Amino acid sequence: MSKLLLTLETIHKAFGSKPVIDNVSLSLHQGEITTLIGPNGAGKSTLAKIILGLIKPDSGLRKTNPDIRIGYMPQKITIDPTLPISTLRFLQLANASQIACHEVLKSMNIGHLAKTPIQNLSGGELQRALLARAIVRKPNLLVLDEPVQGVDINGQNALYQMINSLAKSLNCAVLMVSHDLHLVMSATDQVICLNRHICCQGHPEQVTQDPAFIDIFGHTTAIYSHHHDHDHNLHGEILDETTHAHGDDCDHD
Amino acid sequence: MPTETTVIMTDFLLYALLAGLGVALVAGPLGCFVVWRRMAYFGDTLAHSALLGVSLGVLLDINLNITVIAIPLMMAMGLVFLEQRGFLSLDTLLGILSHSALAAGLVVISLLPDVRVDLMSLLFGDLLAVTKSDLWVIYSVSAAVMGLLALLWKQLINITVDSELAAVEGTNVALVSTALMLITALVIALAMKVVGVLLITALLIIPAATARRVSTTPEQMAIAASLIAMLTVVMGLAMSWNLDTPAGPSVVISASFLFCLSLLYRRQLS
Repeated sequence: MSKLLLTLETIHKAFGSKPVIDNVSLSLHQGEITTLIGPNGAGKSTLAKIILGLIKPDSGLRKTNPDIRIGYMPQKITIDPTLPISTLRFLQLANASQIACHEVLKSMNIGHLAKTPIQNLSGGELQRALLARAIVRKPNLLVLDEPVQGVDINGQNALYQMINSLAKSLNCAVLMVSHDLHLVMSATDQVICLNRHICCQGHPEQVTQDPAFIDIFGHTTAIYSHHHDHDHNLHGEILDETTHAHGDDCDHD
Repeated sequence: MPTETTVIMTDFLLYALLAGLGVALVAGPLGCFVVWRRMAYFGDTLAHSALLGVSLGVLLDINLNITVIAIPLMMAMGLVFLEQRGFLSLDTLLGILSHSALAAGLVVISLLPDVRVDLMSLLFGDLLAVTKSDLWVIYSVSAAVMGLLALLWKQLINITVDSELAAVEGTNVALVSTALMLITALVIALAMKVVGVLLITALLIIPAATARRVSTTPEQMAIAASLIAMLTVVMGLAMSWNLDTPAGPSVVISASFLFCLSLLYRRQLS
């Protein structure tokens, strides 16, 4: 059994009177890739921030392995144009040596941008810089918030390949928050579908051998089939509780 | 033309120069943070509350040196509280606090039985009336602030670039940002003597904005801002001496002038 790095137990979180996370429990193990999917407003980012320790839950426990070292790649970042900072310096803020930073930048193919002010990077280059910062400290848990949002299929393929090889070389746990409801990284071990509570979880389908599929999506993307036994209305509330059969997958009371 | 009067004049001019340089030294790096973290309005609020501190000190017959620091520190703690709850991005709220503090200070002054407060010197500074004991206070506070900034520098830059990444990587964001706010309150109370309540923010942000145009790292910008601020003090005093203009506003005008020059410098490069 690979090392347990982090567990959440019966987490609740509300913003004001609006509940955002409802009775969520999960665990993250070293070497495992977990993808968090769900509709907009489902609480994915909030859950990711609770895992990161940035937001405190209203109730429930967050337990971490004392060895844990987290790397975080946020969805986006805005740095004030009045602050002169190069890409290399941005990485060094993570308390890593200059050599380590140069190496990581080179491995992301942005080594030539080390001295460039970070505000001058293109969208794709900035994304790689953010990923570089996340991994420069050699984390054992890598949290990525919608890393391929707004990227075309080719870029997505390339990025997933990069993340996959990073996860292998670091042997770290990966938590990826995905913007897509059906397509996940094919290397994912565990998919968690979130809509305030955990609606379902499981494995993605094996990548089809259909050349047409591979032509479009490449080898790194797979389809995840949801298996909900309940529906949500527009407000996110569960319709008709009676259709929900309680089982091992349930995480509510 | 060395006469007796010239010697006396040079003496207080020297004190004014030393006082200005002492404040300018620390206004440089601090001003950079005010610019980077968009704290200009917040700086104004603290400055205006310093005026309230003076008037309350006179009203309640408490040592002014205590109230002029204590009231901004209390205001800073209040603003920290609001910032951590996400309210501080509201320009309106800061505007309300800032102008209410100033108005409250002025009203309290007007209610005082006799006018024991020189309003002009509070609003625009009284650089030419600096005493030797003032110099001691200025330089010891400046040294302490520089020491703190040096100690916390890495963490301050980290939370300024991105506070979430800093937090995930282990920085105590709340502690460091609170320390910055308190340091700002301290320097503002100090700078009141040089440029007065209404122009403190100018002394903080104009040299920093000028330094931006010639810097490629945060450290370069901090050092450049210090040097530029010190230069503007010299220029301002020279202007005040020769044209008989008030010292505080003259320093700020010099700073603006240097900023305009820096705009031309950039255009020459491209």
